[in-house]
Amino acid sequence: MAGLATLGMLAVLSVAVPVFSPYPIDEIFWDAIGTGPSLAGGHLFGTDANGRDLLLRTLYAGRISLAVGLAASVVSVLVGLAWGTVSGYLGGVTDSLMMRFVDILYALPFMFFVILLMVYFGRHVVLIFVAIGLVEWLDMARIVRGETLSIKRREFVEAARAMGAPSMGIVLRHVIPNVVGPVAVFATLTVPRAILFESFLSFLGLGIQEPMTSWGVLISEGATQMETQPWALVFPATFLAATLFSLNFLGDGLRDALDPKVR
Amino acid sequence: MLETSGKHRLGTSTRTLVIVLFAALLLGISSAHADKNTLQRGNGAEPETLDVHKSSGVPAAGIQRDLFEGLVAEAADGSLIPGVAESWTLSDDGKVYTFRLRKNAKWSNRDPVTAHDFVFALRRGVDPAVGSGYAFILWPIANGEEITKGKIEELDRLGVEAVDAHTLKVTLKAPTPYFLGMLTHPHAYPVHPKTLERHGDKWTRPGNLVSNGAYRLTEWVPQSHIRVERNPHYWDAASVRIDAVVFHPTENTSTELKRYRSGELDITYDVPPDQIAWVEKNLPAQFHNTAYLGTYYYALNLTKAPFRDRPGLRNALAMTIDREILTGKVTKGGEIPAHAWVPPGVNRYAGATVPWKGLSKAERIARAKKLYAEAGYSKENPLKVQILYNTSDNHKRIAIAISGMWKQALGVRTELFNQEWKVYLTTRRAMQFDVLRAGWIGDYNDANTFLELLKGGVGSMNPAGYNSSEYDALMRKAETETDLEIRAKLMQKAEGILLKDMPIIPIYHYTTQHLVSPRVKGWKDNVMDVHPTRYLSLAP
Amino acid sequence: MIRRLASAVPTLFIIVAIAFFMIRLAPGGPFDRERVVPPEISANLNRVYHLDEPLPQQFIRYLKGLARGDFGPSFKYRDFTVTELIAAGFPVSLKIGLFAMVAAVLFGVGLGAWAANRRNTVADHLVMGLAMTGIAVPNFVVAPLLSLVIGVYLNLLPVGGLGDGGIRHLLLPVISLALPQVAYIARLSRGSVLEVLNADFIRTGRAKGLTERRIVFRHALKNALTPVVSYLGPATAAIVTGSVVIEQIFGIPGLGRYFVQGALNRDYTLVMGVVVTYGTLIIVLNLAVDMLYGVLDPRVRRD
Repeated sequence: MAGLATLGMLAVLSVAVPVFSPYPIDEIFWDAIGTGPSLAGGHLFGTDANGRDLLLRTLYAGRISLAVGLAASVVSVLVGLAWGTVSGYLGGVTDSLMMRFVDILYALPFMFFVILLMVYFGRHVVLIFVAIGLVEWLDMARIVRGETLSIKRREFVEAARAMGAPSMGIVLRHVIPNVVGPVAVFATLTVPRAILFESFLSFLGLGIQEPMTSWGVLISEGATQMETQPWALVFPATFLAATLFSLNFLGDGLRDALDPKVR
Repeated sequence: MLETSGKHRLGTSTRTLVIVLFAALLLGISSAHADKNTLQRGNGAEPETLDVHKSSGVPAAGIQRDLFEGLVAEAADGSLIPGVAESWTLSDDGKVYTFRLRKNAKWSNRDPVTAHDFVFALRRGVDPAVGSGYAFILWPIANGEEITKGKIEELDRLGVEAVDAHTLKVTLKAPTPYFLGMLTHPHAYPVHPKTLERHGDKWTRPGNLVSNGAYRLTEWVPQSHIRVERNPHYWDAASVRIDAVVFHPTENTSTELKRYRSGELDITYDVPPDQIAWVEKNLPAQFHNTAYLGTYYYALNLTKAPFRDRPGLRNALAMTIDREILTGKVTKGGEIPAHAWVPPGVNRYAGATVPWKGLSKAERIARAKKLYAEAGYSKENPLKVQILYNTSDNHKRIAIAISGMWKQALGVRTELFNQEWKVYLTTRRAMQFDVLRAGWIGDYNDANTFLELLKGGVGSMNPAGYNSSEYDALMRKAETETDLEIRAKLMQKAEGILLKDMPIIPIYHYTTQHLVSPRVKGWKDNVMDVHPTRYLSLAP
Repeated sequence: MIRRLASAVPTLFIIVAIAFFMIRLAPGGPFDRERVVPPEISANLNRVYHLDEPLPQQFIRYLKGLARGDFGPSFKYRDFTVTELIAAGFPVSLKIGLFAMVAAVLFGVGLGAWAANRRNTVADHLVMGLAMTGIAVPNFVVAPLLSLVIGVYLNLLPVGGLGDGGIRHLLLPVISLALPQVAYIARLSRGSVLEVLNADFIRTGRAKGLTERRIVFRHALKNALTPVVSYLGPATAAIVTGSVVIEQIFGIPGLGRYFVQGALNRDYTLVMGVVVTYGTLIIVLNLAVDMLYGVLDPRVRRD
């Protein structure tokens, strides 16, 4: 619950920031370039190397990072769950073909294609969602398939099948509820992975365009000067960590709530 | 491994692994350090090649400078001194150089270095089949350009001739005051003909490469290191004090700084811009920050609106960049605020400056506002431009600052747009930008290397699409002028026109940054940023 | 099994084809420089490297070379062939990746099982908190931080390069690379151990009076490993991605940096070489993971 609350708060802050912000995101304070956090200076989180308020930028960054994490995870859960259960449950040739497809995509060094994608089509934020979602659903599909395979042979599924329940029904009623535990856990891992993948792109200089920013961009900028301007790393990193911790608790809570065996 | 550990007791395996790792760590720490008289140099990126005629870029040149020696060489302070040629004469018309080669100059396999080797090398340097990007270094030589461009097919028509084994005659197309300076470029180094014949494309490998400089190549592990050792047959080997040099690729400058601080490197290739403040505070005596022959600038696209035919607007933008704040607070690398295109410190050249250099900041802004309004822009109808830069933190920071200055002073609305290098180059060539960030590093110490960039016409490299008949006429005149003073005046006048038309906005002149360990002696800062190892020594 | 191995060839072919045509779509070419080269010279270069031929013809030429095990010359590093560059870089990357993987599995599963065994105790929260931190802090922060503290302040280990290839030079990169994976695997295995601990056969064991420790390590762990094994594929991918960052930060002469550098330099042949190498590696590893599956859970063994 605390996780959900923190997450909600971060989200609200990030989404609402333009409303209460006294100045735009790219406002430069020429007299306060690269200064540390201070109440008197008016910059609670300090400023970045260009003299822009870091509190404001961290909150703005949250919008992009949360959106990237969420969008990519939703894509990966939906596609991965559907693909994995169908493939695992049907088995045989269908399974082989579907998994072969996943294998091919898997063996493609995705990072390289994402880089090309960014290079070729520019740095649109939607493209970042798509690219990351495309990478992440493969993992999900494989995990779901693995779980489905072992659930399929369990007594209660065999029983349902013996009683003549339709495949679709079995998948929806028995398989999906049983894979939800691992999926929820993995989804809580996917959000940070998506956020981190975005930061990886930022590290390579392929992240989002200025003046917009993301936690990944801020952290990769901050990491280069961790000795001289630690605040530029600490604040965005704290926000990211808080988000990920919240997702962690959320995932655990989800599992407890959804797991039929615990219930 | 995975399978068994999964089946059996994991706890034990984990414990064992910890113990093994720890033991390895302890053993590792006690391992010996590198030999004492070896210099560890950070060298930037991995060199693309060590072939003097195919290489480009500073990292390769740094190594080649230790391996080879041209007709003329650089002293510790970057000035010209005799190299393989112990003396030379120039004909009265300024077109024919006659070089006397040292009799004791030897290759690392003991073969003598002869005029024939130079003839072979210089011909190879302009050979279109070699496909060199730097062939232009040799174009002052008669027929050089024509051979590279395929207009003359016979390589032996190049204006070089071995009079005898130790006399080389070079005939130029026109008097070229900076020709000797160009001869220090790796592209003018000699190569060992027999080695190339025997090994073909593999001639630069350790074991194959035969060089005539102070060092010879002994090891090359791509992306890891290049090791060179003292060449006992070098004519001046007695004065060389360091036994071996290891060049480390150090693309990531933060890592390079850490390696330097932990004692793994003696000399760094660079200092990360955001660490300069730290370095100045903590390692002031080891920090070498020197002016360099280069200018960082923004090019304005003169082939389309809004900048076409609007020198006033271009000047307004140029005036409202506060270069002192930019270099003092944003880049912080001790860069020199640029009010001219040609950097200070260029030989035989006094230079011009922007007409508004003497104005105060307030006066500049007032004048810029007027020009801006005259161009038809206002608060309600602001100028909207895009700044295109290639992806890099430093360029990003500068673009943010400049767009902030324009916004504050004039209300210009700027969009920042970064592209990865090769895409940026494509966009740049297609002239699909409003404002473009770029930089120019001189190839040799002469104003010509800067001013020729802005010449108009077909096939020019001109980044702004600048095309001024007045400027071109002055430059053409300067090219053939033999009187050095008149030539300088002509070029100065051309630069003045350039700075009035403002197709490119000079922002700052580059500086080079190195960290040099106190154990390294003999280092001299210089504007060419050349530091051959043969002048250095290591304190015990 | 043999059938699957055979099917790896078409998979690889599709990968090669996609990669080959995709990299050619990217704007710019390998010989583009800031300084404009006379058109005669670029024409010459293109001829030497067969870039003047139509694309399909180049593709066939490339496939022919590949069949002979020849990756072609590097466009950027002109003194070496791609085969040489890969032969030099791949063992380095493999070594670091393998060490990181082994460390990740051992420490990850160990910590996960341990935490599960002490569910909701301080120890559990501590381990999981650390795991989350491990996940939350990107490689490119951990790596410079480690090298700053351990390499510069304490001066215990070298900060960059591979030196003689000894363990001293490998330790920091391996730790930085393994850390997030340790965290992931700890989370995964804790979750699945907990799940298994509720299963019937464990309850039976408990009823029989087996110690909790014995139950966890003897019985629960083996069954709980399925998701971990599933995760080995993604972990490999993550380590490959991570190696790009780690090799750059520690200045390691591996293959990882060619991935990005090759693509950015438009070093077509080098990029293709790296894609083929990693593609093959991932296919082989996937096969291995499938086999492991069969061993761990006989119910999913393929017919």
